[in-house]
Formats: sequence, structure tokens, C-alpha cells
Amino acid sequence: MILWTAVAVFVALFALVTVLGFAAVRWRAGDLNDIHQWALAGRGFGTLVTWFLIGGDIYTAYTFIAVPALIYGVGAPGFFALPYTTIVFPLVFIFGPRFWCIAKNRGYVTYADFVRERYGSRSLALAVAITGILATMPYIALQLVGLQVVIAALGFTGSGFLGDLPVIVAFAILAIYTYRGGLRAPALVAFVKDTLIYVTVIGATIVLVTKLGGFAHIFATAATILAQRPKPASIMLAPAGYSAYATLAFGSGLALFMYPHSITGVLGAKSARVVRRNMVILPAYSVMLGFIALFGYMAIAAGAHPATPNGAVPALILASFPQWFIGVAFAAIAIGALVPAAIMSIAAANLYARSIHMEFVQPACSSAVQTKVARFASLIVKTGALLFVLFLPTQFAIYFQLLAGAWILQTFPAVVFGLYTRWFHRSALFVGWLVGMVLATWMAVAAGFTPVFALHLGARVMPLYVGLIALGANLGLALVLTMLFKGVKIPDGVDATSARDYEEALAGV
Amino acid sequence: MKDQPVRPVRRPYAYWLLILPFAGTLWPALYAHAEPSIGGVPFFYWYQFLCIGLTAIVMAFVYLLTRTDRS
Repeated sequence: MILWTAVAVFVALFALVTVLGFAAVRWRAGDLNDIHQWALAGRGFGTLVTWFLIGGDIYTAYTFIAVPALIYGVGAPGFFALPYTTIVFPLVFIFGPRFWCIAKNRGYVTYADFVRERYGSRSLALAVAITGILATMPYIALQLVGLQVVIAALGFTGSGFLGDLPVIVAFAILAIYTYRGGLRAPALVAFVKDTLIYVTVIGATIVLVTKLGGFAHIFATAATILAQRPKPASIMLAPAGYSAYATLAFGSGLALFMYPHSITGVLGAKSARVVRRNMVILPAYSVMLGFIALFGYMAIAAGAHPATPNGAVPALILASFPQWFIGVAFAAIAIGALVPAAIMSIAAANLYARSIHMEFVQPACSSAVQTKVARFASLIVKTGALLFVLFLPTQFAIYFQLLAGAWILQTFPAVVFGLYTRWFHRSALFVGWLVGMVLATWMAVAAGFTPVFALHLGARVMPLYVGLIALGANLGLALVLTMLFKGVKIPDGVDATSARDYEEALAGV
Repeated sequence: MKDQPVRPVRRPYAYWLLILPFAGTLWPALYAHAEPSIGGVPFFYWYQFLCIGLTAIVMAFVYLLTRTDRS
């Protein structure tokens, strides 16, 4: 059954963002053949635009589907998303403004640009760029999964090409306006996305809590039902789950702003001060995420029985609201897929254009050529993600995404420590990165594609996040090998940056 | 860029305050309890919500302490 009223609201909102996406070319006019204009909107966004952009960027449609799905499935352990999104902002408050300054002063568009000049190493920069591209691909694919989930929930459950058509059309529109407008397009669309998301979450929370007899009743019912499942779960975190909970929160927090799309949002800001201010106000999104997570318990209390946990939130919304609100909520999720997908494809395209094309294919090509290549690459990346989702099982994208989080974390030492010290040897960082990647992949696979690996420490067994264990090995190796390589005098790269490049200039704020 | 005056960092030690959010959230034994609950919401849940708000306040405080511009 197709819910026509909901579809009408959904299509109207989708049409609105399409118009905005195309109008973005004329917003804050700039030469869109310049890579800094296309990729970073000329680094000109103020506090409010940046807030919508970064928030719209890191709180994705998949987040809104997957976080409550996890809570619905496993109870309390899934709530690690909250400490994760609590610590990430103080972390970026520290290094984000510093990276913004060096990027502005030296004209960097990606982390790989920085690594290239800081360590004078093409291979280390390539490692960072490839990790970024690899980590971004499944993330874009999962945005499409989010889009598919809501379109199916609206009643379009056809199979074959016709069933996939709505997703293909939505993505084609997105691809065209991103190609034209660059970062301006998702920035403008993010206003609509996040307004819709806030309205949906606040409205739905108030209505659902009232309907389901208050929070006390929701928690009590969820606790009872979770305990009766074939695989019992709890709304309370057991001591055996502490180490996994804490390391998942910490590791994910360290990883989030290593993703190319996250830092692209930061670099779009017009000053280091704007970055700092944003870290202060971005936790508003974490509060919202907390309520979205609780939708998992509300779905249990409301007696929703989705086919898969990913259907928990759509099922809850379908069962509890009039059609017009279903249209708004689903449009919020769908547009919530487009904004991050656009920024992710721009970020991956920048990495390709600058660290692969400019470095190895067409050395020292002009800004206009880079933009042309990046635009084309953004189309390729999106098409690739689309094919991935249309032709491979969804589970592949989820597994791949799990690995991606652990992989991107392995670039942390070269990038973040590199902002503060040039002590590490470039080859030591490279070996550390390589070992971290292999180890993270091996552990995740050995743990049956779960993010937690049971580490045996003497007589004790500690379940820990695989990404963080691999980062430990990565960092340990980088430390030891740096001392070794310096001892035997293996040539290190030349640092092209100077201390002043990291400082915030007084002018131009 | 190189000839522009550099903005000095005021009260850099204020950044140490940013340890607080990490200390408060990364040790689950501290808050994985049902009581004291508020209106039926277990401590585990409302505490983690509270941490988000407190973290924003700590960052605002550090921002104000370290800012150098008066514009």
C-alpha cells in the first residue's frame, strides 16, 4: 500500500531541496572553477552555516536508522553513541582550529595535502588519501541504504529496476547539483535537512512519550521485553561490557574527524574562531542523537515488529503518526542521506584530484584542472556507491563500513600528532599505518565482523574496539621505529611548513 | 600570510579543562547504575545526557578564557 499523502509531502520537500541545490551555484558567488571555491566554498562560511554544515554532515541518515536499530537490538551497549558524540567535540576543539590555520595558510584542501608537505612524503600522503577514499565509499553506500529504507516504508516496495528507480532518481539529482555547486550545495540543503530533523525529533519525542505513558513506562516495558528475547538483553550495561563500551566511544570519537567529509566541513569555515565556536554549539546535535537512540526503546514499548532492526524507526513512525507527519519525518531522513553523501563524495573527489591525479597522473596541474578532475571523480564515487547498493547485499556495505571506521583511525598519528610535532619519522608512520590497517582488518574478520575483539591480557580477557587496539599497535610501532630509523640515520623527509604557518593570523577574522 | 601579526594564545592552561568530558564519560563503572533515577529514567541515561550539556559549558568556558579578540 502506498501512503499517498505522505508521498506528496515527501516529494514536495524533496523538490524544495532540489531547487535549493541548484540555486546554490549562485549563493555567495565565487569562481567555481577554483578548487578552493568548489571544494571548500572559498573557506567563507560563518558560525551558523558551519553549524548546519558540520551537523548535517556527521549526523547522517544512516545514523538515524542504525543507532536506534542497535538500541532496539542490543539495549544499553548500543548507547555508546552518546559518550562518543560527547567527547568528539572537545577533541576537535583542540586540534581543529590548528588544522584550519595550517590549511588556510598553506592552501590545503585535505589531510593528505598536509601530510605531503609536513613529512615530505608522497607515499605517506598517498596512504592517507587512499584510506580516506576507502573509508568514505561504504559510508556513501549506507546513506543510500537509509534512502532505500524510507522509500520502501512509504509503500514503494517493487523489486527490480522500477523498485530501485526512486533511489536512482534522487541520487542522480544530487550528483548533478553537487557537480555544479560543490560544497555550497550541501551547505544550503543542510538548513532544510536539520530544520526538518529537529522538528521531527522534538515533535515525535513529545508525542511518543505521551502516547506510550511516559519515560518510566517506556524504560520499564523495554527492560521486560528485552529480557524475554531469545537472546536476552538489558537496558543496563553489565560490568563485562564496560571495556567495549568505553573503547568504542573513545575510538569512534578519535576516528570521526579523521573522515575526509568531516574535515571538509571544518575547512569550509571562515576562521579558526568559527571552528571553535562550532565545537561549543555542536553538542546540540548529540542531545538530539540521544533522543533518536531512545526511539529504539520506544519502538520496543510500542510493540513494533520490524523485519530487521533497521526497520525499527520507520515502523515506529508508521504506526504512531498521521500521514503528513510521516511524510515530514521520512523526508528528513532522506534529505539527511543527501547532505552527507554530497560532502563525502566531494571529500573523496578532492583526495583523488590532489593526492593521486595531481601527484602521479598530471603533476602540478592548475586549480581549474583539479576542479574538473574532482567534479568528475565526485560522479564516479557516487555511481560506485549506487552500484554497490543496487547489486550487492546490504550486509556487505555494513561490514565494509565497520572496517572503514577502524581503517580511518589508523591515519590519526600521522595527521593529528603531525600537527604538533615533527619528531616521528615518515617511514615509521607509514609502517605503523600499514600494520594498523592489516591488524584492524584481521581482528574484525576474526571477530565475525563485529567491532569488538576479545584481547587476552595474561589471564584476563578484555573485549576492546578493534580500531583502538590497531591504533595502539600502530602508535607503538611508530614510536619504536622512529627511534630506530633515526639511530641508523635513514633519511627523513623535509618539512615544508614553518612554525608560523600553524598560528592564527590577527587579520582577516 | 607570513608577514601578518600572529594572535597570541591567552591562558593556554585553560585547555586542560577539556580533560573533564573524557574523564566523565569514558569510565562506565562511574555511571552504569539504575539509581538515582529521575522520573523512571535510570541514572545511566540521564547522566549521559547531562554530560553533553556540561561538556558544552566546559568548552564555552575554555573558549571565553582563551579568546584574544574583542571584536
